[in-house]
Amino acid sequence: MENFQYILPEIFISVSIMLFLLVGVFKKNSAILIYNLSNLSLVILLALIINLSSLDTVFLFNNSYLIDNLSNYMKIILVGSGIFVMLTGSKYIQVINLNKIEYPILILSSILGMMIMISSNDLIVFYMGLELQSLALYVLASFNRDNLLSTESGLKYFVLSALSSGLLLYGCSLTYGFSESTNFDQILINSTEFNYGTTFGIVFILVGLAFKISAVPFHMWAPDVYQGSPTSVTLFFAILPKIAALSVFIKFLYTPFANMNDEWQAIIVFISIASMIFGAVAAIGQKNLKRLIAYSSISHMGYALAGLATVSNQGIQSSITYISIYLVMNLAFFSCLFMLKRNEKYYENIEDLSGLSKKHPILSFSLLIVLFSLAGIPPLAGFFAKFYVFLAVIEQSMYFLAIVGLLATVVAAFYYLRIIKIIYFDPEKEEYETSHNLGLKITLAISTIFILAYFIYPSGITEIVSKITMI
Amino acid sequence: MNFPILSSLILLPTIGALFILFTKSSSGKYQSAKYVALFISLANFLLSLYLWYVFDKNSVDFQFVENREWLSGFVNYKVGIDGISILFIILTTFITPICIISVNATITNRLKDFLIAILIMETFMIGVFCSLDLVVFYLFFEAGLIPMFLIIGIWGGERRVYSAFKFFLYTLLGSVLMLVAIISIYWITGTTDVEKLYELGIKAEYQNLLWLAFFSSFAVKTPMWPVHTWLPDAHVEAPTVGSVLLAAILLKMAGYGFIRFSIGLFPLASENFTMLVYILSLIAIIYTSLVALMQEDMKKLIAYSSVAHMGFVTLGIFTMTQQGIEGSIFQMISHGLVSAALFLSVGVVYERHHTRLINKYGGLVSTMPRYAIVFMVFTLGALGLPGTTGFIGEFLILMGAFEKNILVAMIASLGVILGAAYMLWLFKRVVFGEMNNQDLKSMKDLKNFEIITLTALVIPILFFGFYPEPLMNSIEASVENTLNMYNFDLIDNLASKD
Repeated sequence: MENFQYILPEIFISVSIMLFLLVGVFKKNSAILIYNLSNLSLVILLALIINLSSLDTVFLFNNSYLIDNLSNYMKIILVGSGIFVMLTGSKYIQVINLNKIEYPILILSSILGMMIMISSNDLIVFYMGLELQSLALYVLASFNRDNLLSTESGLKYFVLSALSSGLLLYGCSLTYGFSESTNFDQILINSTEFNYGTTFGIVFILVGLAFKISAVPFHMWAPDVYQGSPTSVTLFFAILPKIAALSVFIKFLYTPFANMNDEWQAIIVFISIASMIFGAVAAIGQKNLKRLIAYSSISHMGYALAGLATVSNQGIQSSITYISIYLVMNLAFFSCLFMLKRNEKYYENIEDLSGLSKKHPILSFSLLIVLFSLAGIPPLAGFFAKFYVFLAVIEQSMYFLAIVGLLATVVAAFYYLRIIKIIYFDPEKEEYETSHNLGLKITLAISTIFILAYFIYPSGITEIVSKITMI
Repeated sequence: MNFPILSSLILLPTIGALFILFTKSSSGKYQSAKYVALFISLANFLLSLYLWYVFDKNSVDFQFVENREWLSGFVNYKVGIDGISILFIILTTFITPICIISVNATITNRLKDFLIAILIMETFMIGVFCSLDLVVFYLFFEAGLIPMFLIIGIWGGERRVYSAFKFFLYTLLGSVLMLVAIISIYWITGTTDVEKLYELGIKAEYQNLLWLAFFSSFAVKTPMWPVHTWLPDAHVEAPTVGSVLLAAILLKMAGYGFIRFSIGLFPLASENFTMLVYILSLIAIIYTSLVALMQEDMKKLIAYSSVAHMGFVTLGIFTMTQQGIEGSIFQMISHGLVSAALFLSVGVVYERHHTRLINKYGGLVSTMPRYAIVFMVFTLGALGLPGTTGFIGEFLILMGAFEKNILVAMIASLGVILGAAYMLWLFKRVVFGEMNNQDLKSMKDLKNFEIITLTALVIPILFFGFYPEPLMNSIEASVENTLNMYNFDLIDNLASKD
């Protein structure tokens, strides 16, 4: 029984989900109440996780569940960004009539699934977590069911994701078959010698994970799902599943398959380079901001994976730093998107930003900062994210990866500049509404200030992350 | 010195920009914003003069060094100056108030944003010239792109979008390779601190590639032929003040970088690539001078002349002689003053006549006599007449070049003649000749603030032209030190080979 105190956060969130479901069923018109309660429960959840984070590594339930520095940090940024995602989207879902009790409950259950994924130390536990989050995400993607694009994106995501889950499961079974265990540490011990079965297992598992993180060549779903889903769900898609998938990536590569880095390193380098280049080039022609940010996230995941390809603690830490800064930039970007509202309608095309800077100087300035930061221009936070990754990459003398990555940033700079051009240089259009809910404003202010002032004390995140060591 | 004087120099303009952010104006004229900007930039200028006064000109060490922990463990925020950087800092703080005074005429919309952009720009420019850590240097060097992109794009001319993009992407592409090189240096030597790197030295086997990576960045920024094409576009489309900042200071970052980093950190590679730099510089001098002769747009002509002048600078730096490098630094300061003045002069007539085409002008001497006089001084300064700063720079560079390679020096001398040709021809067509256009007759002579800005530029051009001693004094020890280190490394390397 003593194990249970360590999974108090998971228990708490499960109980909350069931409780909210009951409340929602028996109390009429309780959507807003449940939304707020869910957000409150996320705050409590965050407090519970932080409370546990002082502990050292703990193995639970016959070594199938692991709480360590990595899982704690990832859960903290996961739940933390979950709170902000809920805060920013609250008004949006009311305006487009999605304010149903299922919405926050689905978000909470997918967060629960992600927490299980992050902490899993066993193939079966990992798969359970993965499916819990995926099932919730399928529904969320098609949540705006009267909208053609939304249903399409839900279906697309379901079909492709199910396929990738199948591949992943096949990889798991191969790994199990050849290494005689489902436990990560046991697999590590049993797979000291090279064998084809485990190698194929790694490839299939990496394919499945690359799909979740939307890395090229398994990115096909991302643009459609990003564009079709309601914007608040897109924001969720852009941040939380990526955190979970990246953390699982780290876990798989550096625990069960740590001995086989010769086999997987080339794969990671390839998908990293492919994502960086493809994301940068494909985003150039986009007209829809959500679609553009989908391509941009593909290329950002390429940079995060570049850190993992280095097989060094420095690299892992740089990837984690990267995703932490990336999520703040995305929060800021989407907060700006939520502010493009006029007459109960949200605008999401690049053209709609035309001349925004004349009437909305503060909003435009935030967008300016976010976009330059996404492009990786110093002294903004996005530059430091890339800097750490390349520091790790060059330490391992992977010059090709570094140079390709940096050249891709120049290509990517073009489409970010194009948005800035439309905001600042083009003739103005109609004004947007200026009254926004407090949560949205706070999120935008905090994230913009974070990006802008990161250079004053850049060691903050690095010092926390430096505790995470896998090798 | 406990007072962080350099950090104050860097931060003061940003603080001013924050103040301006909170100023309000009901009439939309933003008088208070202008006064704040002017006051801050003048205060910064005085501070930099004070810095020059207390600066020890005989010492070869970096002075006023501040070293603070920044990126935990491996990169420190380190700033400090020597005799070379102080001149560029003063140039920056001197040009900025002139820009702010000139804003009156050229910028009508979003004045407040413009002043903020200029002040932020000043912060980054000063930062570049005093950073003593490669990462800090890169940070300031790249950050300058953001305000300049906005200055060209928001307040520029018709093709501003194209020019702004070209400027940004060209420079960014050049710089990313430098970032790879900087990180590589960190892993090779374990530090990015410039002073420590001077002591440690970088192994010969790495130098060539690292030099090329730095070169790719500096060559674009200088700009050297064949990557100079962004400059005419950027200059033509930028507002007058933007052109002034670009020509007077931004281009100097690269020349400064060559002296501080390319020569200082990679002496062996610099020796290997000397011929490459000579050839590119000569092409820049001759070819762009010829191109300048053909221009019909005044700003474009001056832009091409900038490329030619910067060709002299790179040539002088890589002669690796005391005269050559001192001449290059002098030429950079001189070009900073003269090109700023020329762009302001073009701005004066453009604002009245709304065209930059040379053939629309003529005979201005009869309606604008004062303008004709100052414009003449600047023209003569640009072509390097003795008695102006331009002469001293070019003369020293050619002297250095003759010492090393007579053929190179002879070809470069042709550039002086071509320079005289295009500048005098420009002057003749604009100021003398017949006044064909009736509109020109109603053109008013210089206004008060124009007299202030242009005279402020005439004075140093003539003063340092006749009496270059103060500037020379300041750079002499530092240049000598740079060269000593350079020669020492070369001899050391030869000895290790034997």
